[in-house]
Amino acid sequence: MKIDVAHIAKLANLTLSLKEAEKFAPQLSEVLDYVKKLTEVDTKGVIETSQVTGLENVYREDVPAPSLTQEEAVTGATTHHNGMFQVKGIFADE
Amino acid sequence: MSITALTIEEARNLLDTKQISSVELTQGFLDRIKKYDENLKAFLTVVEDTALTMANKADKRLKNGETTPLLGIPIALKDLFVTQGIRTTAASRVLENYVPQYDGTVVRRLKDAGAVILGKTNCDAWAHGSSGENSDFEPTKNPYNPAYVPGGSSSGSPTAVAADMCLGATGTDTGGSIRLPAGFTNTVGLKPTYGRVSRYGVIAMASSLDSIGHFTKTSSDSAMFLSVTAGKDPRDATTPEKAVPDYLKDIQKGVKGLKIGVPKEYFIKGLDSRIKIQTEQALGILERQGAKLVEISLPHTEYAIAVYYIVQTAEVSSNLARYDGTRFGHDRSHFGDEAKRRIMLGTYVLSAGYYDAYYKKAMQVRTLIKQDFEKAFDPADNGVDVIITPSSPTLPWKFGEKMADPLKMYLSDIFTVTANLAGIPGLTVPAGFIDGLPNGLQILGPHFSEELLFRVGHAFESEKAYWTEKPAL
Repeated sequence: MKIDVAHIAKLANLTLSLKEAEKFAPQLSEVLDYVKKLTEVDTKGVIETSQVTGLENVYREDVPAPSLTQEEAVTGATTHHNGMFQVKGIFADE
Repeated sequence: MSITALTIEEARNLLDTKQISSVELTQGFLDRIKKYDENLKAFLTVVEDTALTMANKADKRLKNGETTPLLGIPIALKDLFVTQGIRTTAASRVLENYVPQYDGTVVRRLKDAGAVILGKTNCDAWAHGSSGENSDFEPTKNPYNPAYVPGGSSSGSPTAVAADMCLGATGTDTGGSIRLPAGFTNTVGLKPTYGRVSRYGVIAMASSLDSIGHFTKTSSDSAMFLSVTAGKDPRDATTPEKAVPDYLKDIQKGVKGLKIGVPKEYFIKGLDSRIKIQTEQALGILERQGAKLVEISLPHTEYAIAVYYIVQTAEVSSNLARYDGTRFGHDRSHFGDEAKRRIMLGTYVLSAGYYDAYYKKAMQVRTLIKQDFEKAFDPADNGVDVIITPSSPTLPWKFGEKMADPLKMYLSDIFTVTANLAGIPGLTVPAGFIDGLPNGLQILGPHFSEELLFRVGHAFESEKAYWTEKPAL
């Protein structure tokens, strides 16, 4: 199983060095070859399991509860401005 | 006997009868951490002052006659548990400077119950691994032989328990990250039923599989710990409105009349023959105590790792997408190799055109694995009460042995991933030693059967108290 590591890294928002890409490609291919064994299993009509204890539609009352203040919320950020997270410009290279 | 060699149950008794104080106990563990952890590397952060302040508070509550299971008991937290004001790293460079603004639910419950937090323990970064070697900081050593791995991903927590550096420690189990290292370190490790313990404020690995559990020296201690952490949490919608039973009530009832299933698919080529023999000896002990052994079949077992490495990596890629260095932590260039591999595998299996072939297929086979267990436990179908298997096909391995071959590392979890896929609880208890290295026994039960698992674990320990065999540090 060949895997386009550069393309996948781009989708995953990861920057890989050439050396990393060369190392990962065979390792990822080996795992993908291994998981192919699932094709042996007949799953026609089998319903997928995503919630394993069978809970459905868990609701709560829509009432505000104590939460972080704006000041607290930004304490983990390396850069913040006026109590807001500061990010790079999206449309320009600023 | 030194106070650090106590169990939670024993310490509880001494605290309640005022023979020791929580401050004394806490200081004892802090001293031991100083003495031994430079070599073992079980802790990433030790909070000496905080611990002593908490111990002081606990002593006041004890003086007022309060008695709750963990009041004044010194514990450690896997560094995936978010702690207000205490650095929380997930053992990853991405979060090496992250100081959370809040406590996760389990941390909050432990604090409210008066447990004393000694520090945060090492693990594979983001809980990705089976040996502890994927820690972005440094690997934890097996206290029984420092040339060997303690198992992972929760590597520091069981090491801290086994080396008497705390009385209990939390862990997370997504594919075996509690049960495998418990077996490698001569400790008791509980992976509760999915949803029994809240995941809120525990750094997410794979959300449909993550179970929040803990390590202790005995099954009784594990039961006491769960009585504090279990229960409904409005902040985690997967925790059901299901009453938390008194886990100690029937723990001494024994195994007489219980039916123990022994799945033939777990006694296969690749299982160390010495582990096979030791597991059979353990089963023999339970049989002599009155349990009935029944050979059963869990036919889809061989597909579990393949299902797991699709479902888990898919969910990992999604959960780790949030770490971009904007709100906290460093940017994505700080991820280690294993996190990068899993993010890419997950991204690949979820990418356009591959979803049905990988993710959907895996979720379907997951259903079949779950049904294998449902059938095995079905009372209407002459089912068994619990299932017993080894917790690992091999003994602990030497550092470096599996690091160049990720698939080989992944296959270490072959006996544990099934319980995560089915959402059932599992308890690992010490099964003895082979060549001086610990070996574990895994007890599995139906959803929300933790009480029964403790009962079986306790019955075995009452005859084979391997936890009393301490490592020579």
